[in-house]
Amino acid sequence: MSNFFDAFTADNLSYLLAGLGVTVGVSIISVILSLIFGSLIGIIQFEKIPYFSLLVGTLNNIVRNLPLLLIIFFTYFALPQLGFHLPIFWATVAAMTFFESAMLAEIVRGGLEAVDRGQFEGARANGLSNGQTMVHIVLPQAYKKMIPPIISQLISLVKDTSLASGVVLAEMTYRGQIVYAQNTNYIVPVLIALTLVYFLLNYGLSLVAKWCDKKLA
Amino acid sequence: MTVFNHYYSVLMQGFGHTLLASLIALIGSLVLGTLFAIMQVSSSKTGRVIGNIYVQVFRNIPLLIITLFLYLAVAKVIKMTGFVAGTVGLTLYTSAFIAESVRAGILSVDAGQMEGARANGLSFSQAMRVIVLPQAFRVAIPSLGNQFINLVKNSSILAFVGGLDLMYQGNLIAASSFDTFTTYIIIGCFYLVITMPLSYYVQYLERKLKKAA
Repeated sequence: MSNFFDAFTADNLSYLLAGLGVTVGVSIISVILSLIFGSLIGIIQFEKIPYFSLLVGTLNNIVRNLPLLLIIFFTYFALPQLGFHLPIFWATVAAMTFFESAMLAEIVRGGLEAVDRGQFEGARANGLSNGQTMVHIVLPQAYKKMIPPIISQLISLVKDTSLASGVVLAEMTYRGQIVYAQNTNYIVPVLIALTLVYFLLNYGLSLVAKWCDKKLA
Repeated sequence: MTVFNHYYSVLMQGFGHTLLASLIALIGSLVLGTLFAIMQVSSSKTGRVIGNIYVQVFRNIPLLIITLFLYLAVAKVIKMTGFVAGTVGLTLYTSAFIAESVRAGILSVDAGQMEGARANGLSFSQAMRVIVLPQAFRVAIPSLGNQFINLVKNSSILAFVGGLDLMYQGNLIAASSFDTFTTYIIIGCFYLVITMPLSYYVQYLERKLKKAA
């Protein structure tokens, strides 16, 4: 047991912690971007514009049904073939955003459908335009209901950043692999430490989701 | 298309491994997930604590960490290939989500069902098996379907441990054909062949259940 902590020299610890920074950074940027794109796609699906909504909805379904790992590999390895070169960090953010927007669009659509029809009719009857009704009346109510599922989506996003170790993004899991590559005795301690960090991060988020759920209900 | 023709047998092998891993993990996680769900709603305090800890831990850590742990640490004690490590990891991870779906299903069944069954002389496990679970599963089916779709997508994790699945073969084909773009598009189509029909079927079930309610 004494050698359990050998893996965590000051150098290794600061190296791993820097990886946590990358993990959190990718997650936050991706979730903000996908909230914007996801809302747009969700609204388009909800509005039922002839043909266009169906097309967007089908494309959205296709993206949702692909493995994120494939999308990450595609963004980093296949897009350069078409002339799009992204640095590794932004390639991961782009892949995550692409995938998570599709996931969040479903949540936004569901949230919009849960808003009472009377809210639309009332707002329109009071002279608000379609856009104004959406922005001022419907979306605020929908977002309130969507906060818990959005946070659960953020939890899967944080977990899924570990997949980017496959394209050698220096996030926490990848750095863990580098640390235990020095010495096979480090494998178990490092993996346990990673488990602990991910767990605390995500369990904390899930408690926030629960709290919001109670508070908003 | 040349990539498809040239690597047809490798692609099929990958497809087979992905399907096999998904099916084994589906059955395993259904059994395990249902057990943990029953533990979570049981009257035994230890059962509830163990069930809750399992679900919270496995829901909140990345599947990759679980799989690496099995492949690098556990495999030193119990010999296993990458395919086995990946499939077991997939099972453990998914069972936490399935436990949540089944638990929600059980809670949606009226408490009177359990009480009535117990009052008629059935034991807890008999009442659970014959009366409560069949009703719970009917409610849980759409969310179980979504978990199965996630399971198929998550099976790409096998690529990290040399699990011979679609994603793994895809990476090899991309490296040897130099046509990364086409390769990944083909791999994507293979995944969609499994997940798209499932996804539309789940949507259909959701609509049907909503109408019945």
